[in-house]
Amino acid sequence: MVIGGIDIVLLIASMMVAATPILLAATGEMVAEKSGVLNLGVEGMMIIGAISGFAAAVATESPFVGFMAAAVGGAVMALLFALLTQYLLSNQVATGLALTLFGLGLSALMGQGYQGIKPPPTAKIDMGPLSDIPGLGPILFNHDWVVYLSLLLVGGTWAFLKYTRAGLILRAVGESHDAAHALGYRVIRVRIAALMFGGALAGLGGAYLSLVRVPQWTEGMTAGAGWIALAIVVFASWKAERVLLGAYLFGGVTVLQLRLQAAGIAIPVQVLSMAPYLITIIVLVIMSAPRGRATLAAPAALGRVFHASH
Amino acid sequence: MTGKTLQEQETGRTAPREGRREMTRDVLLTIEGLSKSYPGVKANDDVSFQIGEGEVHALLGENGAGKSTLVKMIYGLVKPDEGRMTFRREEYTPSEPREARGLGVAMVFQHFSLFDALNVAENVALGMDNPPPMGELAGRIREVSEGYGLPLDPERLVGDLSAGERQRVEIIRCLLQDPKLLIMDEPTSVLTPQEVNILFGTLRQLAAEGTSILYISHKLEEIKALCDEATILRRGKVVGTCTPRDSTAREMAEMMVGAELNAPQRAPINPGPVALQVRNLSVPAPSAFGTSLREIGFEVRQGEVLGIGGVAGNGQDELLLALSGEVKTPRDCVQINGLDVGDLGPNERRKAGLCTAPEERLGHAAVPDLSLMENALLSGAVRKQLTKNGFIDWAGTRRFAEEVVKTFDVRTPGIGTAARALSGGNLQKFVLGREIMQEPEVIIVNQPTWGVDAAAAAFIRQALLNRAAKGAAVVVISQDIDEIMEIADRFAALNEGRLSAPVPTQGLTIDEIGLMLGGAHGMHEAEVHHVQA
Repeated sequence: MVIGGIDIVLLIASMMVAATPILLAATGEMVAEKSGVLNLGVEGMMIIGAISGFAAAVATESPFVGFMAAAVGGAVMALLFALLTQYLLSNQVATGLALTLFGLGLSALMGQGYQGIKPPPTAKIDMGPLSDIPGLGPILFNHDWVVYLSLLLVGGTWAFLKYTRAGLILRAVGESHDAAHALGYRVIRVRIAALMFGGALAGLGGAYLSLVRVPQWTEGMTAGAGWIALAIVVFASWKAERVLLGAYLFGGVTVLQLRLQAAGIAIPVQVLSMAPYLITIIVLVIMSAPRGRATLAAPAALGRVFHASH
Repeated sequence: MTGKTLQEQETGRTAPREGRREMTRDVLLTIEGLSKSYPGVKANDDVSFQIGEGEVHALLGENGAGKSTLVKMIYGLVKPDEGRMTFRREEYTPSEPREARGLGVAMVFQHFSLFDALNVAENVALGMDNPPPMGELAGRIREVSEGYGLPLDPERLVGDLSAGERQRVEIIRCLLQDPKLLIMDEPTSVLTPQEVNILFGTLRQLAAEGTSILYISHKLEEIKALCDEATILRRGKVVGTCTPRDSTAREMAEMMVGAELNAPQRAPINPGPVALQVRNLSVPAPSAFGTSLREIGFEVRQGEVLGIGGVAGNGQDELLLALSGEVKTPRDCVQINGLDVGDLGPNERRKAGLCTAPEERLGHAAVPDLSLMENALLSGAVRKQLTKNGFIDWAGTRRFAEEVVKTFDVRTPGIGTAARALSGGNLQKFVLGREIMQEPEVIIVNQPTWGVDAAAAAFIRQALLNRAAKGAAVVVISQDIDEIMEIADRFAALNEGRLSAPVPTQGLTIDEIGLMLGGAHGMHEAEVHHVQA
């Protein structure tokens, strides 16, 4: 299947790879926002994940250890954010922006000496005959384990929020922290857990960039992926299935425009480069347009400071 | 068990009563010497009383008397500084609500502890410690809610329910846990009279089944109708106990307030020409859970007070926004003294003679972090001419603010104090005073005495009547029917964004008002008992 010099099967397969970092980060941020906290530090947590994962993988020669280190790195950043916003009651927006700037700076410092090094390769999972199925095989059964993990995490998050009691409590805390507190739920504890989950996923997403997608370390390599993840969460109306759609759409258009550039299509490169951002936002805005439903989905306590008055 | 000796040791303030009931009730909850202080205020001071099994016990007191703190201690949300409690003869020191619920103490909150975007079943599940699976829970909600005459659909979003239905969710949530003690914090403040009757029917049924109820209110008629015993709090202390059936409302009120109450005085009116005319006013709902206004029409004459009643969430806020000019309407929908102002903003309407005071004092009527002087300027600038060529006349503003504070007896250290620092009643006096001192020809207020103590409420009502006596048209939007009956000449009901035709308040009965308010939606007629004998 080749259209206009572009192999569709390869395109879809590489779309999944391109989308995975954003999918991971956006899923984590969705959980954090569902608990009522707006963490604008996704970009900073991603890049810390990228460098800590890279460093750990290079040191141990194990991509798995690298990914674990990235998750821990992201979660530590999120914990820092949680301490500032939940205990010291600092402003969430300002703290999130500061977290991004801090992460970018700290990662540049940590990354001294890692530039130009190749990380250990993350192996693709061998699915035997499954990956030989024409069309479907290369698309679905020829990826590394992180791609499958990200899909599992999206599905798991969806089921967690919809079917489990813990998920219900998390949504309740994000809806009205005062009511949840009155019923005896520990608002701050729930929020810290949600934030750290978000941080860990952002860290994984960052490490996927530095260990698989690129794969090497360069300063500022997340290049706005964290911001796109944030935008996707909002325009996906805080719904896991739409986050998946948004991330894959973004990944798809990103890959497509690269192919189009390579194929020498007569569209200015600048227009092609901005296409993924533009198209993702436009599609999700249209989807979230019926206002009543979208406003229902937004956690009512999002961004509000919780301070138990008794 | 050493229950008997413990019971003999109990030193509650309610002496055993003879006569009313043949058998003595077992004591369920005993409170002894409970105290709780917050910085600068002693919320509870040596409070003691006890509740028997199957007893409906009233906790009576004004806003700020310490009722809420007391029940929060019983429910495990707040730890007492001193004192002890026993529950079913055992030492009772709940460290969190979960523990209290586990022992059989359930609570229906004054400001509902519900989540708008979740459905009924999810809300119920959140209030239970070991909820059954959702499917089973939905079945039990249906079963129990119908058993008590409070039908509920477990699938509906709570944000779409009326205030009465929302309260049912809370009650059902408690009932599903089979409580021994049910705490109800001001449960009727949001209900229509019919819904109150149904609630009382349910509570009597519960008490007959052996559940004790701690009923918190400042509405005396309700307490007389429902409660067996009453403990009266004032400034955190128990100031008396009584048997409500044997006491008059006036006696209880004076114990509660600690002073004699004066009913507002009003001069006989003779209405002048129409000052405010509203015609065919329709406004779409401003938010997902808001109410649309539909074809509202009424007129108010000079010197007349129109009371608009209705249960919360039936369009009161939206109506005030449309009248104040914060939401614009077609030009001829609103007329002040014959002038079309429908498409004008608040300042132009002020110029035309209309002043308003919204329900939300802090954040809508007043800017929390600005001083009283600055707040006085914000609404008074137009009519009192406090700005000149774009510059502020601070001397004039100061005079105006000081005049308001003095005339309306606002207790504040000075006019430089931030609005946030004032108590609810004082800030409300300031807000109302600020509007009335501008000598408007039409004044519209929403919930003028909500959360205000009785003395301040009486003052505010009198001030509104005085303004009417000076020839202003007054519109009072209120959920407090007693308030409307007290000061309004005519009454209209707001129900799902529609306004009924106004009728004279004289001779109106509580049942007629209830029917005008839309009665009790979806209630079983058979469950309706009457509050008043």
